[in-house]
Amino acid sequence: MASPRGPQSPRSSPSSASSQPYLSVSVTDPVKMGTGVQAYISYRVITKTNMTEYQGSEKIVIRRYSDFVWLYDRLFEKYKGVFIPPLPEKSAVEKFRFSAEFIEMRRQALDLFVNRIASHQELRQSEDLRTFLQVDEEVMERIRSYETGLFKKKPADLIQIFKDVQSKVTDVVLGKEKPVEESSEDYEKLKHYIFELENHLAEAQKQAYRLVKRHRELGNSLSDFGKAVKLLSACEGDNLGKAFSELGAKSEAVSMKLQKEAHELLMNFEEPLKDYVRAVQSIKATIAERVAAFKQQYELAETIKLKEINLDKLMLTRSDRVREAELEYKELKKESEEATERFEMIVRLMNEEIARFQEQKTLDMGIAFHEFAKGQARLATAVADAWRSLLPKLEACSTT
Amino acid sequence: MMGSANDGFEEAPLHSPREKSELHHDFNSVDRHPLSDPLLSPTSPNSNTHHPHDIDPPAYADVIFTPFDSSDINGSGSPLDTSSSSSPSHVFSPSNSSDYIKITVSNPQKEQEPSNSLVPGSNTFVTYLVTTRTNIPDFGGSEFSVRRRFRDIITLSGRLSESYRGFFIPPRPDKSVVESQVMQKQEFVEQRRVALEKYLRRLAAHPVIRKSEELKMFLQVQGKLPLLPTTDVASRMLDGAVKIPKQLLGDGPALAPHEAAQPAKAGRDLLRLFKELKQSVANDWGSAKPPVVEEDKEFLEKKDRMQELELQLSNASQQAEALVKAQQDMGETMGELGLAFIKLTKFENEEAMFNAQRVRAADMKNLATATVKASRFYRELNLHTVKHLDTLHEYLGLMMSVHGALADRSSALLTVQTLLSELSSLQSRSEKFEAATSKIFGGDKTRIRKLEELQETIKATEDAKNVAIRQYEWIKENNRNELERLDTERQADFLDMLKGFVVNQVGYAEKIANVWGKVAEETSNYARENS
Repeated sequence: MASPRGPQSPRSSPSSASSQPYLSVSVTDPVKMGTGVQAYISYRVITKTNMTEYQGSEKIVIRRYSDFVWLYDRLFEKYKGVFIPPLPEKSAVEKFRFSAEFIEMRRQALDLFVNRIASHQELRQSEDLRTFLQVDEEVMERIRSYETGLFKKKPADLIQIFKDVQSKVTDVVLGKEKPVEESSEDYEKLKHYIFELENHLAEAQKQAYRLVKRHRELGNSLSDFGKAVKLLSACEGDNLGKAFSELGAKSEAVSMKLQKEAHELLMNFEEPLKDYVRAVQSIKATIAERVAAFKQQYELAETIKLKEINLDKLMLTRSDRVREAELEYKELKKESEEATERFEMIVRLMNEEIARFQEQKTLDMGIAFHEFAKGQARLATAVADAWRSLLPKLEACSTT
Repeated sequence: MMGSANDGFEEAPLHSPREKSELHHDFNSVDRHPLSDPLLSPTSPNSNTHHPHDIDPPAYADVIFTPFDSSDINGSGSPLDTSSSSSPSHVFSPSNSSDYIKITVSNPQKEQEPSNSLVPGSNTFVTYLVTTRTNIPDFGGSEFSVRRRFRDIITLSGRLSESYRGFFIPPRPDKSVVESQVMQKQEFVEQRRVALEKYLRRLAAHPVIRKSEELKMFLQVQGKLPLLPTTDVASRMLDGAVKIPKQLLGDGPALAPHEAAQPAKAGRDLLRLFKELKQSVANDWGSAKPPVVEEDKEFLEKKDRMQELELQLSNASQQAEALVKAQQDMGETMGELGLAFIKLTKFENEEAMFNAQRVRAADMKNLATATVKASRFYRELNLHTVKHLDTLHEYLGLMMSVHGALADRSSALLTVQTLLSELSSLQSRSEKFEAATSKIFGGDKTRIRKLEELQETIKATEDAKNVAIRQYEWIKENNRNELERLDTERQADFLDMLKGFVVNQVGYAEKIANVWGKVAEETSNYARENS
């Protein structure tokens, strides 16, 4: 399954309204709205579809970042077990927030986000997605602020769940308590893998970001060097002066190539790595949901055992509370079954998701590596060509 | 400044109108071991003697035909023999490619000054072994060594400043008092050793100074250095120039006219300094028309030019430092990135539950390997860049010598003016005296004796003035020659630097492009899938 990468690339779709349903979305045209502290960026979200659940074949709406967050939260809530595509980071240093580069990076990330949802078998059916893609700005705002209060799972909750998991693990190790967590080898392996992976990826992303900076720094120093050399050329006679001046000019030219490549590197290599990290973090959140679901079904199962014992006891004593107890028991049994079902679905979904995730990431990384290598090769070749063109001129300076 | 200036330069293959590949192949055609001593074969016909670097930058041919190989010596970045990697061109013989002096400073040892001090080890100092290899007949030997301490260098440099006024004498190493307290002893001694070696090599590279007695004595005479520290002219200071005849007659230490013509030294020649100060003030305010004026417009223009050059050199030198740092950082971060991916590769392989992970791990490995290679190339590139751009730092350092030489001229001129002024006032005193006392009864013995004394003083001052003028002219000539030499050598050295710098950049950029091209090739299947 190809993951759309280009800035405005809706998924390739069959040209006419064939039996194949298609849903193609793009996030474009970032525009700064408002002023001062209240200022924000709005995006145009263009939907093209032949799916009947949608009103019409094309729709354009205006959305802002918090709308995307709303969509993420709703999907996360409803589709437990599915790896919800990650969002770009919420906050950014104030002065960076409106820089052209940041805006473009965010737009790309948001475009990717929606497209991944639209390509996902389960998620694309979501009603919330339809809402997101179709309703007016005002309606969206109303929905968002209303439902934010009710359903939004705060990050604090997730952290708490993790803390519980961690403390449970410690308790088990110390022999304090029975583990309220899955003990299957597969689960352990998965959890360990995801947590470790995040560390490794974060390191790689950090270095990638530094590399972008180094390109910029090298560009700057070449530019400064070029200027200094040009000033030197004014002190020297014809021959040497000319040589210096040519070198200075070339140095500045090479500097520009470095700046350009720095940008490419940021967009096509560092950003995909960042995206990978976010995806892993999203998986961690899903694991937390799994833990919660497991805990719930486990606790219900334990409660039922107790209730069974109690019921037997009551039946033996022919207590008049048997009726009551039986009803309670039946309800609990139902709840327990539901909880078990939910948990098992999460496990099933996660297994599918992880397989898909691995495939997708190999593809995504393959592309990123290719772009990285291409970019570096392009840069190095351009640099070699630029400097090489200087040599005959330098020759001329010394033979004169 | 050194530079094989004309001869050697013409021989350099860069001048010959050959094809590029040949041209650059020449740079590399001598597959020398990086640590081999280029001076051992000073007469080799190709550019070796003029190519200042121990490790050749990669040639085009190299890039195309030699896949990256860790045993690749050319450009392997093997540690430079820092003691031989001194500044470009300065190590080599100036005018004649067949005569050379090679100086090495090594083997620092602690020694103790024999003293009566009760505290043991209170007079320890470090000596260095100074080894010279030369084929210049004046030295009467082809290889010899002496032990010298840092103080001896100070002496040598002081004596050279006195004897070679007007010349661009390479600046001597700092005393580095602060550093000697702060640094580890071993580090400090090593730093000093390197500085001493550089300094002596620069001296040996100077066409005039290399032949000096002072340098010869320093390099050859065993045991204590026979040079006296700068002459103490304290008595000269106290008596002032006026007392010259008395000294000449044996009243006090003898002071030859040429010594009187030596510049007044701060702290010693107070009285004389006062006189010269008075004179220079007079010059500045134009109270009396100075008899000798720096009319040489050409000289003044040159002086301005030198000032501007120094300014721009300083700037360029700074930017070169920054550039070197940026290249270094690039190499380092590349290396870290490569390392991060290697770890990721290992991790994915160990934990693989899906084939996709193994595929990804393989892709990452390719990338990591390339990244590490590129990192290494950047670092090698930088090693060479440092050496090339070092020329800027060298010439910046030389500007200090230029200052000194031009200052020699100014102070010599001032001495001349002072003596002329002195002479003129003595003469008018003599005339006045004669006129005044002629009214008194003639033939007075005292009067005659006084007159004779005056006449003698005038004669001595006249002699001193002539010597001073000769000095001044000599210094002027030195300035002129040195400026010319500086211009020629600077041109040559800078052009070499530029070429070296550029060739280096090209060579490594090609190597790096090659490495990445392969990876782009290997991952091109992903490109096809990406719409």
